[in-house]
Amino acid sequence: MSPTAPHASLRGVTRVYPGKSPVHALGPLDLDLRRGEFFSVVGPSGCGKSTLLDVLAGLNPPSAGTVSFEGKPVTSVPDGIGVVFQEDASFPWLTVAGNIAFGLRRAGVEAAEIDRRVDYAVGFMGLSAFAGAYPAQLSGGMRQRVCIARTLVMQPRLILLDEPFGALDQQTRLLMGDELLRLWRETGATVLLITHALDEAAMLSDRVGVMSARPGCFIDMVDTGWDRDRDSRIVSDASFGALTGRLWASLRQESMRAIGRG
Amino acid sequence: MTRSTALAWARVAVVVAIVVLLEALCRTGIIKPLTLVPPSLMLTDLYRLLVSGDITDDIVQTFLEVGTAFAIAGAVGFALGALVHALPRLRQALDPLLAAWYAIPLFVFYPLLVALFGLTVLPLIAIGVGFATPAMMIATLTGLDRVPPVLRRVARMHRLSPLSTIWRVILPSAAPYLFGGLKLSFAYAFIGVIAGEFILSGGGLGYGIAYAYESFENRKMYALMLFVLLLAVGVNAVLQSLESHIARKRSRQ
Repeated sequence: MSPTAPHASLRGVTRVYPGKSPVHALGPLDLDLRRGEFFSVVGPSGCGKSTLLDVLAGLNPPSAGTVSFEGKPVTSVPDGIGVVFQEDASFPWLTVAGNIAFGLRRAGVEAAEIDRRVDYAVGFMGLSAFAGAYPAQLSGGMRQRVCIARTLVMQPRLILLDEPFGALDQQTRLLMGDELLRLWRETGATVLLITHALDEAAMLSDRVGVMSARPGCFIDMVDTGWDRDRDSRIVSDASFGALTGRLWASLRQESMRAIGRG
Repeated sequence: MTRSTALAWARVAVVVAIVVLLEALCRTGIIKPLTLVPPSLMLTDLYRLLVSGDITDDIVQTFLEVGTAFAIAGAVGFALGALVHALPRLRQALDPLLAAWYAIPLFVFYPLLVALFGLTVLPLIAIGVGFATPAMMIATLTGLDRVPPVLRRVARMHRLSPLSTIWRVILPSAAPYLFGGLKLSFAYAFIGVIAGEFILSGGGLGYGIAYAYESFENRKMYALMLFVLLLAVGVNAVLQSLESHIARKRSRQ
């Protein structure tokens, strides 16, 4: 596979949910994810952002079009893709360490290697003091960090995040964003983030795709131009406001359409 | 002392007060010996019966019947619950029947069960199973309903096989409800079997109580009643403690 080839791509992808009144949720759309980039998707509520993530992850087959990851067609969940969901997806019957080790154990990784990776992830996510705690004893933000750690220890080459900070307050989101940027730099993985927060997309991303109201298609593609070595302090950068404004300008009409005022 | 400890002590105090009051009423003759024997006498009579071995066969028979009914109801109730959960149309058809199940006086089928299985332990086990199975089935349905869909998606992302998904994700997630179903199933199996033994049986604790009642053996009757009561409370306490242990892990502390 050529180093310049897209890490993952969608070609002419649509998703229609069948039924008495079929729902055309997505597409047709094309997307190329560059290897190692941080790409965010913003769009109005119900525009098919999460469907896009499901299709890319192999959780939901497209009705038409093709999806490929590392040059191979995606027909089911491929090796090398990790997903962090919007909802709390921690297993309440497992400790923090047990949750993080879950996928490694199922994959048959050796015990010593599991311990090493879990220890690293627990430290990296600032959960060292809670390794033996159960999710119910943690805050929402800490539970989400457990889920991120569980995905990270599998060393995915493409990380898909579906509004992972949606339930968190603004300050925690900024700090979690910093952690996300740090792990993105350290792992070198490609990241696709679904978010409804324009400032979050502007702060975290190399590139932001703006989607239309349902059926979701890309109506704008914005290069942020940030250095790779960035963190949440860029929100005070003069160009940050202009960037968020640009995203809103692209999205405003579509958001009005989504709520029936367009 | 925490609030829950204080409440536990208050409950014990209420039980002790009732026992002491009954003891006093019986000892002073306010309650006649033919109506009720003093609790202390029930306890010493029970001890004597247990040591003599007179009721060992009855205990063994009841334990076997309840144990068998509970095991069948647990397994069948779980299997039926899982099957009905997987077939939404069947569930739509069965939901009203399940909801009305405990309105049916199952004991009216006792003659039919005796005609089918003869005067053996089988009709008693069948009644126990009939009482206990729907409880387990309903608990299984509720438990499977409450498995968060996102956990199934996590299982898919980890590329778990269907069997592994059931074993590693769905069953642990539904465990509190399944355990509640088992607890309820045991209680229903116990009630069904003991009550069945009362009606028509040649052995077992229920039969022992009925026989003692008909032959005016008041002291034996109360001793056996106390045994059944202690047994039910004891088993329930053990199951309750296991259930609380599971729940504690999952609730915010």
